Amino acid sequence: MEKEAGPETAAVRLDDPWDDVPASGWGDQDGTGSVTGVDASGAAGPAPVSNAADIYLEVHRSAAFREVRRRYRRFVAPAALAFLLWYLAYVVAATTAPGLMARPVAGAVNVAMVAGLGQFLTTFLLTWAYARHARLRRDRAALDLRWDTQEMTRGLGHEMTRGLGR
Amino acid sequence: MRGDHQTLALLLFSAFIAVTLFITTWAGRNRQGSAEEFYAGGRLFSPMENGFAIAGDYMSAASFLGISGLIALFGYDGMLYSVGFLVAWLVVLLFVAELVRNCGRFTLADVVAARMAERPVRTALGTSSVTVSALYLVAQMVGAGSLMALLLGGTSDAARSWTVVGVGALMVIYVAFGGMRATTWIQIVKAVLLVAGAVALTVLVLVHFHGNVNNLLNTAAERSGHGKDFLAPGLRYGGDWTSRFDFISLGVALVLGTAGLPHILSRFYTVPTARAARRSVVWSIGLIGSFYLMTIVLGFGAAALVGSAEVRSSNAAGNTAVPLLALHLGGGEGSTGGAILFAVVAAIAFATILAVVAGITLASSASVAHDLYASLRRPGRKQYGEVAVARVAAAGIGVIAIGLGLLAQNLNVAFLVGLAFAVAASANLPALLYSLFWRNFTTRGAVWAVYGGLVPAVVLVLVSPVVSGSPTSLFPGVDFQLFPLENPGLVSIPLGFLAGWIGTVTSPEEPDGARHAEAEVRALTGAGAA
Repeated sequence: MEKEAGPETAAVRLDDPWDDVPASGWGDQDGTGSVTGVDASGAAGPAPVSNAADIYLEVHRSAAFREVRRRYRRFVAPAALAFLLWYLAYVVAATTAPGLMARPVAGAVNVAMVAGLGQFLTTFLLTWAYARHARLRRDRAALDLRWDTQEMTRGLGHEMTRGLGR
Repeated sequence: MRGDHQTLALLLFSAFIAVTLFITTWAGRNRQGSAEEFYAGGRLFSPMENGFAIAGDYMSAASFLGISGLIALFGYDGMLYSVGFLVAWLVVLLFVAELVRNCGRFTLADVVAARMAERPVRTALGTSSVTVSALYLVAQMVGAGSLMALLLGGTSDAARSWTVVGVGALMVIYVAFGGMRATTWIQIVKAVLLVAGAVALTVLVLVHFHGNVNNLLNTAAERSGHGKDFLAPGLRYGGDWTSRFDFISLGVALVLGTAGLPHILSRFYTVPTARAARRSVVWSIGLIGSFYLMTIVLGFGAAALVGSAEVRSSNAAGNTAVPLLALHLGGGEGSTGGAILFAVVAAIAFATILAVVAGITLASSASVAHDLYASLRRPGRKQYGEVAVARVAAAGIGVIAIGLGLLAQNLNVAFLVGLAFAVAASANLPALLYSLFWRNFTTRGAVWAVYGGLVPAVVLVLVSPVVSGSPTSLFPGVDFQLFPLENPGLVSIPLGFLAGWIGTVTSPEEPDGARHAEAEVRALTGAGAA
């Protein structure tokens, strides 16, 4: 977190999400479109909290955080299940059913080739879909939560910003 | 191979070494030796730069020369590897990259230890990370020696030994003096060279066949001596059920292991935010995927133009398929074009090895200094700065790697890369995933997950056919083989997850809801991230 205050701030690239939000931007969610249904006010709850653990518990319980987590899980869980099963099916078919895999499709291209190139294609597609989903559905809300949480912990001195995994 | 290749190749090697040493001094100038700088390169790389660096860290000479060689020899079965190496990145993208960037500072252990009692968890993950890195590193060092001997024709033992020593010395210099910043730039240069070389050769192959892929495949099948079987799975892994399970085991280890490789995980700390970490993975998936697609063309191209028999007679493992293809595409033996292309391919292979070993050395020195030294040192004793320890550790790791590389020079160590992935998937991944996604995960669960995956993986390999009991074993003379598979992943990965689960449910420790809440908020939002 030293970076925010440090002289290196100027070096942060333009594609850095820090730059997506004006300095006073948090709470200013109008017109972004991507945060519909996310209400960060749960994080900035009314009760004055005394220590970091309480702040994190509070954010953890907030509707905004649960929405971010829900969006992440609802995308990742089925996607991961699908690609792992598809890969496993491919490996098992290639090792146990070579006859099926050798069936010609067009010219020299057989089922195995199509399946192998299909793995490449699905990997690229899922990468694109995940990046798009995260960019449009999660980034803005997560960043707002980050600002709010850090704002709430700011008063607690520096032990909070040093990072959990010291 | 004759003199003109060698001279040109050596010139290109020297040029690459000069460039990398320049990068190292340039990266080291005016930098104070902070941990942020040494382990994470200042954290201000752009997603594109880091994406190239990740691809550079990941694409080893084994994938450039090894996979296309396997395709040239065994056709489709070689391709199976590249699919596993690529699909693995989805695990990294979906589960690991962003959350690890948000939760940790320098190493994998940072992420897991955050919620747990720090010392035992750090020690366990430090140990498993160093094990993974060591296995990977020795495989690369031995590969470097034999590859250079192969490419330069100097088959004398002295030449091989000096290659191993030279590569070891250079990687220590890069890491100890340049830290993450220099290592990252070296990876970027190497990735650009590797991709450019692969694109050039692929274009030449496709031009040779007038863009007719069907013709390429048919010619490859014809000249392989296997006919249509060459284009379908089964030539290498289609034998008995043991070899089929062996491949499934390797396939699972590849896909799950990448997300536990310490030198890959540490790359996510070189960018400022989780979003940048995600975008670097997107870049690297694009690069790695295109690269493996090109190695498929190169492998089939080598089979079609050089012929499987000639590839095999040059090197039984197929490692010379791409260099021979380059020679052929440039005009054949004795032509200037052939000599130039061959030297370029040799130089790219050399650059690849140097960059990969530097990345692994950096990651293991971070594990030693940041995890093992930090958690094992006794309080009250004189404390050395962590970065100083890391630099010394890099040198120590270099010496050990050179020693093991020299000892193992004549041994068949091809299984080590698969084993490194298996250990990463069995020990690192369960602890990482549980700590990110399981509310009730405890310290005991974390420690058990690591050792419960690490120990079975290593023990199973010791009693597997790669160590004893078969003519291609490490020790062909003795037989204490008990486990039939060469890769332990199929057994050890479930064991790692199981041990983590048992350790957690039998743990007397109450799950700490507050620390879990904090970890989850940090992971998904980046609050308080370094």
